[in-house]
Amino acid sequence: MNTGTKQVESIGGHLMTHLPPTQSPYTPHTSADVESMLSDLGLNSIEELFDIPPAIQFTDSFKIPPRSEHEVKTELKEIFEKNLPLIEFLGHGYYSHYIPSIVDHISDRSEFLTSYTQYQPEISQGFLQVLFEYQSLIVELTGLKIANSSMYDFATSIGEAALLSGRISPNRTKILVPDILRPERLSVLKNYTSNSGFEIESYPTYHSNTDVNELSNMISKDVSMIYVESPNSHGALEESIEEIAKISHESGSLCCLGTDPVALSILESPSSLGVDIVVGDASVLGLPNAYGMGVGLFACRDEYLRKVPGRLVGITKDANNRRAYTLTLQTREQHIRRERATSNICTNQAWVALRAAIHAAYLGPHGLVDLAKQCIDLPLELSSKLNDIEGVQSPLYPRYHFREFVVGTEKKAIDVVRSLETKGYAVSAINDHELLICITDTNASHINSFVDAFKEAAL
Amino acid sequence: MNNLPRYNQAKWTSQSVYEPLLSEKNMTEISLEHIPLPSNLKRNSLTLPSLSEPELARHYTRLSQMTYGVDSGPYLLGSCTMKYNPKFTEDVAVLPGCSIHPDREPHTIQGTLEILHTLQEHLATIGGMDAVTLQPPAGASGEFTGILIIRAFHESRGDFLRNEIIIPESAHGTNPASAALGGYNTIEIPSNEEGRVNIEALQAALSENTAALMLTNPNTLGLFESEIELIASMVHDMGGLLYYDGANLNALLGRSRPRDMGFDIMHYNVHKTFATPHGGGGPGAGPVGVVSKLESFLPAPIVIKTKSGFDLFTPENSIGKVHGFYGNWLCLVKALAYILRLGDSGLLDASAKAVLNANYLGSKIQYEIPFRPFYHEFVASSGEQDAAEVAKRLLDYGVHPPTTKWPLIVSQALLVEPTESENKTTLDQIAASFNKVSSEDQSTLKSAPNSTTAGKIDQTTAARSPILSWHSLDPSL
Repeated sequence: MNTGTKQVESIGGHLMTHLPPTQSPYTPHTSADVESMLSDLGLNSIEELFDIPPAIQFTDSFKIPPRSEHEVKTELKEIFEKNLPLIEFLGHGYYSHYIPSIVDHISDRSEFLTSYTQYQPEISQGFLQVLFEYQSLIVELTGLKIANSSMYDFATSIGEAALLSGRISPNRTKILVPDILRPERLSVLKNYTSNSGFEIESYPTYHSNTDVNELSNMISKDVSMIYVESPNSHGALEESIEEIAKISHESGSLCCLGTDPVALSILESPSSLGVDIVVGDASVLGLPNAYGMGVGLFACRDEYLRKVPGRLVGITKDANNRRAYTLTLQTREQHIRRERATSNICTNQAWVALRAAIHAAYLGPHGLVDLAKQCIDLPLELSSKLNDIEGVQSPLYPRYHFREFVVGTEKKAIDVVRSLETKGYAVSAINDHELLICITDTNASHINSFVDAFKEAAL
Repeated sequence: MNNLPRYNQAKWTSQSVYEPLLSEKNMTEISLEHIPLPSNLKRNSLTLPSLSEPELARHYTRLSQMTYGVDSGPYLLGSCTMKYNPKFTEDVAVLPGCSIHPDREPHTIQGTLEILHTLQEHLATIGGMDAVTLQPPAGASGEFTGILIIRAFHESRGDFLRNEIIIPESAHGTNPASAALGGYNTIEIPSNEEGRVNIEALQAALSENTAALMLTNPNTLGLFESEIELIASMVHDMGGLLYYDGANLNALLGRSRPRDMGFDIMHYNVHKTFATPHGGGGPGAGPVGVVSKLESFLPAPIVIKTKSGFDLFTPENSIGKVHGFYGNWLCLVKALAYILRLGDSGLLDASAKAVLNANYLGSKIQYEIPFRPFYHEFVASSGEQDAAEVAKRLLDYGVHPPTTKWPLIVSQALLVEPTESENKTTLDQIAASFNKVSSEDQSTLKSAPNSTTAGKIDQTTAARSPILSWHSLDPSL
């Protein structure tokens, strides 16, 4: 038993963080430990434990030199400095808000960060409770009775929703989606559903909202699900959700809404509008812009409970007769049901859901609604200022906007993008003469200088 | 045997609960009259907990104390590679420039693309593959991506008849689930008496309908598939592809690459092999590597190096997307930091110590281990004892138990993976805990755990009448 001081010669370079490691810095063995362990195993070297046939052994090296912690940090910091420090007015379905410090500090508590799926609930009550509180937040916001503890992201949640609709109505084969759906989401949806026999059809929108008449002409007994977004990929709030849900139900299909928890804090509850499934990205709370990383929100009516994808945390009692939490209804899941599981998901986005839950709790109802109100006020303010610029129509369509809006430009949109870039701003063109402009609390302080830059760029 | 650690998890009790829910501490209803939207678009009111920051800090700190992570103690969950997550990688993931919107144009984010390209290259090298996508956000998503690529490859050759994926019975549950999501029938083959792929069964299962064989190596019993070269040629001769489930790559880092073994396509679990934290269930990342003939089918986009820098590129026959953007970016950054820190010597040392630790621990515990020789993990049988109860009792000794009752090939299975992170002293303590439990009577096991926050959980009640939100707990909410 070697529990005492380590011998100097056995430490090697790896404990001195300023030096590159000669072994993994995260293997704690002294050379005396290794010798003793090998001796107990009756071996002379660790290599004797590997009986890989010679023909398939790797004898070369990866040519990746080890580095000290300081060296890695410096190297990556220098690479990141190659990113242009543009002020982003980008959205198009991916948003972030100011993250209060408590979110980082609490979520980095290593018990949360370094645990895994709660297969042993007795020792995981804390994380389970956070996930239960996350589910409850989503239930409150959607009005639907079931929320799972996370999917990967917005796009994969739409895919899972479509598959759920197929389990509910096995003979229906069509999913209807808006023609302004982000192409990336459409692509993910196709990949999730095409091999289960679904076809995806796009229905027209008019001025950034669903063309309800056209949609009702497209509905049939083949349709499994109508998908609608609010706010949609033009930043517009959808004004006909109730009618769309009605069209959906008259044909026996499901209505799925894509949205986010900040918008939901002020929007009419989806369940009272007749929506059956709500999906979205809950990481608008809790996560800064992370190059598209998020957490898939997934909620639905309780009659679909046993067909739901993903992990569910439920309440029960423990042996002390106290209230306790556990993952439940696991017979839906891949580790038990295998090829007949409701989804193949295993590792999910639990930690991102935890961050969203902490952020929401920090804001509370007042803070959440204030944030949502800003998401309405700021686009109004910015779009009106941009509309004063000659050759600019802003917003292009007269809708209620949330965080972002479409701007029409006489000048080619891509030229406006390029010009704004030289002035330090990132915006995106969605058409030859259309830009999407997103404003939240994260870039609001730049509103006036952005308008000035836009004036020059639109000339 | 005399140095069994004593463990008591933090516990706050308040009458019949451990820590009250946020909703039990406060619920505040606010009106939305001041919101500038027409009444048919907005809700009337919103009801959520409203607590101050100090109250929340205490709430969540207590909940963290009622959670057990790798930093708390040994975490033997087999197949999950619960190794230590280096702290500095968290700092790397919040460096200035790391927080980037996904719609930034490539020429404005050369740093981000360089990070991704470097990771693509390193992962390709580590797996022996020709090209890598970083997009899949988890291992199962990587499998699904692989399945879509396999389908696209066969169909591109006018081969539409292959509708079967062969999977060993001991495979991870995600393998058949991912294959089914890709529209394939799954053909399960039994193991041979040694716990490896049964060659006769494989021969019988192979046909012109075979799209691919999915395999992990070492397999879920920790055994190296010593006939992998034969297996590969059998599958290839029948026109099928060989898929490598990277869950167990940690055992082979720097020693044998999936490509060398004959695999055409693989996923990497960066949250296992490359030490990104598991976060209570995720996020992870499941990059997929392929040989050159499959490169043109990769998801869009991948990062390429051009004369002037880095760019995003859509492969010619791309399957499209499996994630809305570029996958779990923060995990990818942390994985790259880990790979750079360890380098060749560190990666080689990780697999050496992972395999040494498993073998040392295996040699010290008294439960039977029916299949040997094993690499980074092993499956013990608790024999007459119920493996799930053994697991509960191990909690009392401060050990996060192994995966239990799986793989099914061993009765009362305990799938143990200590990883390279444990030192000899801890391994001795783990072994002593196992051996103590193996000698304990049934009533002791049945009443466990006693030192965790909660006592034994009643799973039946949870599933019979599910309560999944505070609303169903308290109908007045």
